[in-house]
Amino acid sequence: MATFLLHRLALALPTLFFVSVLVFGLQQLLPGDAALALAGEERDPAVVAFLRHKYHLDEPLPVRYVLWLKGVLAGDLGESIRIKRPVRDLILEKLPVTAELAVLAILIALSIGLPMGILAAVKNDSAVDYAATMTALWGRSIPNFWLGILLILLFSVEWGLLPASGFVSPAESLSRNLATLIMPAFVLGNALAAVLMRHTRSAMLEVLSADYVRTARAKGLSEAQVVLHHALRNALVPVITLGALEFGELLSGAVLTEQVFTIPGFGKLIVDAVFNRDYAVVQGVVLCTALAFILLNLVADFAYALVNPRLRG
Amino acid sequence: MTANSLDAVSVDAGERPWLIALRRLIRRPGALIGLAVVIFFIVLALAAPLVSPYDPLATDWRAVRKPPSALHFFGTDDLGRDVLARLIWGARASLMAGLVSVSIALAVAVPLGLVSGYLGGAVDGLIMRMVDAMLAIPFLILAIALAAFLGPNLTNAMIAIGVAQTPIFTRLTRGQVLSVRHEDYIEAARAVGNPHRRILLRHILPNVLAPIIVQATLAIAGAIIAEAALSFLGLGQQPPAPSWGSMLNTASHFLSQAPWMALWPGLAIFTLVLSFNLLGDGLRDALDPRRN
Repeated sequence: MATFLLHRLALALPTLFFVSVLVFGLQQLLPGDAALALAGEERDPAVVAFLRHKYHLDEPLPVRYVLWLKGVLAGDLGESIRIKRPVRDLILEKLPVTAELAVLAILIALSIGLPMGILAAVKNDSAVDYAATMTALWGRSIPNFWLGILLILLFSVEWGLLPASGFVSPAESLSRNLATLIMPAFVLGNALAAVLMRHTRSAMLEVLSADYVRTARAKGLSEAQVVLHHALRNALVPVITLGALEFGELLSGAVLTEQVFTIPGFGKLIVDAVFNRDYAVVQGVVLCTALAFILLNLVADFAYALVNPRLRG
Repeated sequence: MTANSLDAVSVDAGERPWLIALRRLIRRPGALIGLAVVIFFIVLALAAPLVSPYDPLATDWRAVRKPPSALHFFGTDDLGRDVLARLIWGARASLMAGLVSVSIALAVAVPLGLVSGYLGGAVDGLIMRMVDAMLAIPFLILAIALAAFLGPNLTNAMIAIGVAQTPIFTRLTRGQVLSVRHEDYIEAARAVGNPHRRILLRHILPNVLAPIIVQATLAIAGAIIAEAALSFLGLGQQPPAPSWGSMLNTASHFLSQAPWMALWPGLAIFTLVLSFNLLGDGLRDALDPRRN
């Protein structure tokens, strides 16, 4: 197992290096003089000169990369040009909002995707299976920003049951917090539920035809015991690993969902930064999401190695 | 194996693989419906000047936010423009984004994947670590960042989506090359002295194309949603040019006054994406012999 884990870690290091090159390289895409672009519409010469000095824009590219990387490794992601605050502080401030939204979305996805996946596998090739497959197809195809708009039309405009936008901190009022997050969490969870359902269904179909499941049935165990105690436990292992890969999709979805429901999270931060030409914030958010993705996948690899006897060595 | 399946194999054996795949595809109603809807949208986009009831850019201050009627089947928007006309012309942006961005991704990724899988070693390691780095950044966030730095317009949005889709195709192509590169026919082609380029293009590429075509069809669906998302955020097609995503963006400001403005563009995106997904799933089943 140690060899496997060391191998995964060794692979993560060059990936991290290329992520840093990619994120740094984004700034090179700015057309023309980067200092002018970063200075915004006013283009005050003093600001341009300050930015040129601050970002070492008169230095050669490799030197600028090394200087930028040194800052990042020291926790300095730059400063927001608009808000005049460190990017790191902005990200840390917005992160809990998106994290809460993501956790709620995962819970919704689990409560829809898992039972549907199990049912579809147990009742393979039946009406239930086709219904579940169609639901998964719907989840894959519906644009989540449109689903959000439809829910607002129905639950806020038409029935007046839920607030259409905004965010209330759980510390302020838990019930109002949940009322503001339930629709966006459902929108975000809907697409994840479709993926989860497909993974669970195929993993369960494979496990249900395994010898040990047949043995469990032959011992006279009830179908519920066979499915829930024997099959599901083993089917969930690849589902959890694949679920970690969906983290990126969840964050992509959060960008749009937060925009539709005006939730001041991580996603809204990057969109606002794009329109304010606050490029340091855009770079900071991209870097943090990539780091989180790599870290989460390493954790998933570790978890997989722990539960998979073939890797215990 | 039953007598029927043996018959099927013996019939299949004499046919061209593409004909067999086509025959399997037309046996799938879902895929056929998907194909029909995709063709319908392509025809609609191409015939936009002929079938559009109004000029999609023409504003009419007397017809601001009018609900669907005999005059305007899908209603009008906040500037009195006909929603149906904008929907028909908007199909061009969506389909173009789907096709162009996936073509960009294929043009970059397939050669990279072929070289990576065929050569192996340090070249493979280098390309794969770059692919891993790109995959570590969520698809839409990478597309947003690229579109932001390149500048907001439809061309840059298509480039951004294409670049963001590149790593998936590179990894897929490489995987397919790895699975065939030690096959006897490749070894034979190498043994008779074929140059690497010829082996890659004439012997490996045709044998790894099927899964790439399937993935491309599904990726078009993803690209259409991504273009709509970027236009919804204001990073794709710029006003007043019509695009389904930007129509939804405008509609989100008038939900209580003009809900029809949000209904039709969303339904169009959903229908087209669903159709590409149905077609992609059908193609995957038709091109994979294990699924039959």
